[in-house]
Parts: sequence; structure tokens; C-alpha cells
Amino acid sequence: MAATLSTPSPREAKSADPARPRGLFRRKAGDHDKAGPVTYVLLGIAALVSLFPLYWTFVAASNTGERVALSPPPMVPGGELWNNISTAWDQADMGLALLNSTIVAGCVALSTVLFSTLAGFAFAKLRFRGRNALLTLVVATMTIPPQLSVIPLYRIVTKLEWSGHLQSVILPSLVAAFGVFFMRQFLSEALPFELVEAARVDGANSLRIIWHVVFPIARPAMAVLGMLVFVQSWNDFFWPFVALNAQNPTVQVALSGLGGGSGHDINQAVIMTGALVGTLPLLLIFAVLGKHIVGGITSGAVKS
Amino acid sequence: MATHVRAEAPPAARSSWRSRLYRFDLKASPYAFIAPFFLCFAAFGLFPLIWTGWLSLHYVDLLKPDVMEWRGFGNYTRLWSNDQFWTALRNTFTIGVISTVPQLLMALGLAHLLNYRMRARGFLRVAILAPYATSIAAATLVFVQLFNPDYGFINWMLDLVGLHPNWYSDTWPSQIAIATIVTWRWTGYNALIYLAAMQAVPKDLYEAASLDGANRWQQFTRITIPSIRPTIMFTIIVSTIGATQLFGEPMLFGGGVGVSGGSAHQFQTLSLYMYELGWPSRQLGRASAVAWTMLLILLLIGLVQFLITRYRKRHELGG
Repeated sequence: MAATLSTPSPREAKSADPARPRGLFRRKAGDHDKAGPVTYVLLGIAALVSLFPLYWTFVAASNTGERVALSPPPMVPGGELWNNISTAWDQADMGLALLNSTIVAGCVALSTVLFSTLAGFAFAKLRFRGRNALLTLVVATMTIPPQLSVIPLYRIVTKLEWSGHLQSVILPSLVAAFGVFFMRQFLSEALPFELVEAARVDGANSLRIIWHVVFPIARPAMAVLGMLVFVQSWNDFFWPFVALNAQNPTVQVALSGLGGGSGHDINQAVIMTGALVGTLPLLLIFAVLGKHIVGGITSGAVKS
Repeated sequence: MATHVRAEAPPAARSSWRSRLYRFDLKASPYAFIAPFFLCFAAFGLFPLIWTGWLSLHYVDLLKPDVMEWRGFGNYTRLWSNDQFWTALRNTFTIGVISTVPQLLMALGLAHLLNYRMRARGFLRVAILAPYATSIAAATLVFVQLFNPDYGFINWMLDLVGLHPNWYSDTWPSQIAIATIVTWRWTGYNALIYLAAMQAVPKDLYEAASLDGANRWQQFTRITIPSIRPTIMFTIIVSTIGATQLFGEPMLFGGGVGVSGGSAHQFQTLSLYMYELGWPSRQLGRASAVAWTMLLILLLIGLVQFLITRYRKRHELGG
């Protein structure tokens, strides 16, 4: 998403005065982007603040409920993790919730990536009437709060008797304006017009061009978009909360069920276990693919 | 497969059929490619949007949604004279400001730091993005624990300096707590977006500046910030939209479905108010009116932002 928005304005781009004695200052000039100790300290604090709640979730999930409710709270992992997991499993059907979330996020990510790539390609490289107006419309739809459609969607879903079924969550998010915009930005930069033209001259129709030219070039962006959409869909709360129920929940809906009730009679450690189980799959993906995701988000700009 | 068509020079009839097909493909396929988005948006975005508008002019019960009683703008005028609506509106605004402003400022600073050459750069970037992988539900439940006035980690720390705020019952502490959850989840993500933009700024600009004797702070304010201004605008818009729609955090922070945004609604947002009207109170018409009011507010904010940008551009071009 940042890809386009980051192009610096040309008026900034004046070059260094050639008359200055460069040689004398070369060392200093080369050091301009090297981190000092202050940078390490500040970033270390930021990383600590980012990771501490995640660490503490693990600590709480592996201790007993009584220990978690003590002051000062426990700071090291205990041995209760499996007990708590099995309790959380009994209370909120976490297994079904994990499966449902995987299905929903997987379907949403696949279809969003596919349709966004098609639309992004059309907006980036094909000429047709109303292109700019339609693209503006796509971007404008991003500002509409999802809450605005919730009530009628709820009616539609209950009328079709989809309430409590996964399709009620999957179908409304098959494609996203953000994805279309993201792929358009990427393909505008990464796919040369000449390649599309050459394929046409060779007699390839649009579908063949998509398959043999667009998809191979778009693959890195498709991977990043797929990840972002998967995370977003996995974490989506409002609509699944309205459309689904405790019998057939996604992870987030199951979690909100664990959190219900008043503070004293529920086992806080079990709630934290639920939070841990619901977050762990994504954290694992992040730990494994983290560099690629970060690289994907940050690389868009370099190409422009 | 299609490659030999050109080489063989096919007979005229076949060629005209081919060229007609080719022209059809050229004309129609762009629309076919963008169709899924617009069909999906029409069915699940635009149509419900208009329906919500229509509902907002009626009295509708959640359990008898087919019985609609015309109210005109009654639902809207009722909102106007309702204290809870104004509280929710004010809360949405204050929580929005205290979550968005520090979040974007910190993201900007972090992005600048992450842009330096250093050891463990990959690890630091992933660590700072990690909260983004946490869901609203999980993050809120964790912070509910950390903010617990009796045994939470945060008050245990604050006790050391003699502070003991109640993060649930008092207005400002509860709003700060919710803003903290939002800020924690989104700062890293915004930092990476800024970082992406910063990496596109030509390196020789900084070299030139440091040769001219500009220190790092001056480089940051005079080169980095102006260069990534469009990205900053983009994140401001996205965060504003996000802040207007805040729902899960205040809802789960209040301890589940029963209590809606605190005992005195001290942290009830517009979305939460809408939910309370529509589902627990079963008044879909009034809930729809809240939803449309949210859209109007967003349009108003969008208009103001648009005017500011245009004014800026004119100003800059003039000067």
C-alpha cells in the first residue's frame, strides 16, 4: 500500500554541490545512516514493549488461575499449559474454532489475491472506458465503515439461513478494495507494457497473458497480499461476532466467549490460554516468514 | 499455442473471425477482470448501505424485521437529543485522538530508527511488527489482565511510584487503556509503512545534507518528513477511519456482552452504541441511524482533509 505513496517529489532531489571537498568528509558522509547506541536502546525498548504482552500471555497461560491473580503477577512460565489448554478446549471448542478460522481466512485470502490481481492488472495495464473513474470509486469504497452494512447483511444472512455458517463470513469479503489498489500499484511498476504488447502480438488472449505473464511477475506481491489478508481475516471480529455463534465460531468469536462473565468466577489463566492458542498460529507464521513479510511491505517503495 | 497463427498467415475468413474475437477480448476482458470487485461491492457493500439508510427512517424490531413503521427523520432527531449518543460521539473522538496521534508519531520515529544500518535489523523489524499478528480479541484480553486494578502488571509497576489508577471505572484512565491497546497493535505496522516510504528517499539527499552540516534531527525534519508526506497523509486517513469504527476493544474491555462500554458508558464508542441499540435493545432503525451518522461524520472528516490538502497545494504552488 505504501508503494505509490512514497515517491518523493522531484523538487527535493537536488544533488550535492560538486564544488565541496568530498574526499575530506567521506568517512563522515558514509556514516550518515549508521545506527548509534541511542538507536539501539530506543529500538530495544520498542521491541520489548511489542513483545512483552505476548510473552506475558504465555506466562499466564502456563500458570494456574490463582497464580495469575496474585500481586505481583508471575513473571516466569509455569507448568500448567496443557491443563489450561484442555480446559479452554472444553469451554470453547477451540479445535473447531481453529479449523473454521483456517478455512475462512484461507478462502478469503485466496479469492482476494486472485480477484485483486485480475482487477489490479486491468487498472494498471489495460485501456478501457471509465478506467480512472472506476479506480477512484474502488479507493473511495475503502472509507465506508463495515458497520454500515452489518444490519442488512444480517437480514440477508438470516433470510438465506446462512446464520452460523461459514459462508456468511466468507462471501462478503471475497475481494477487497485495498487488494485491488495494492496489486495495481505493484503491477504499474513491475510489469512493463512491452511485455503485454509482445504477448498480444504473439496472439495470446487476455487469459493466457494473465496466466503466463501477469501471475509470474506478480507472485511476490501476491504472497505479501495473501499474508496481509489472511492475518486481517483471521483477526476480524465485528462481523463474525454478529454472524456466527458459539456453536460454530471462528477463533475470535470463541475468544469473546471465553472473556465473558464477571471477573472473579472465571479462570483468567484459561482466558489467556485461549488468547495464546488463537494468536500462536499467526505468530509462528510471522516467526518463519517474518523477514519476507517485512521485506514485502518495505520493498514496494524501492521499485518506484 | 497461439503463436503459429501469425507465422502461417491463415485464410481470410478465419482471420476475420480471429480478429473479431481478438477485439472482443480486448474490449471486454478489462471489465471482466474488475467485475468481481464491483459485483461483490454492489451486493455486500452498496446495497446494504442504501438499505441501512432506508431502515434508519423507520422503526424496526430485530425480531420482527419485516414490520417497518415510517419515522422520517425521527431516529436522527432522537439521537440528537440523546445524551448517550453525545457521550459515545465524544468518546469516539477522544479515544481516536489519544490513540492515533501518539501511534503515528511513534511510528514515524521508529521507522526513522529502523532505517539506520545496524545489527539485528531483521529481528527488530519483525519484533516491532509482531503485535499486528495479534487479534483484537486476544490483545484486549491480555491488556484487560495487565490493566487489572487489583493484580494487573501495570498497576503493580505504578504502585512503585505511588500511583493506583482505576483503568475501568474512571473516564480518562479507561480511555487511555483502550487507546494503549490500539496503539500497541498498530504502531509497528505503521512504522513499516513509513519505513517503506523512507527507503525510497534518495540516499544522496542525506549525504548532501550531512556535508552541508545538517545534524540528524535536521535531516529528519527537512528531508525525511517532506519526502514522505503523501504516505503520512495516507496513514492519517486510514487511522482516522479505523478510529471511527472502534468496536472490539471497548466491547471486550468492558468484560463481554453484558456491560456496554463501562458502567457509565465512559468508554462506549459509536460502533458499540450502534451494536447496543441494534442487538441487545433490538432497535434496528435507531441503530441504522447511528451507522449513517458515522458515515456522515467520515464524509465530513474526508472533506476537511481534502480542503486542507488543496489549500496546502495552492499555497505551495503560489509560494
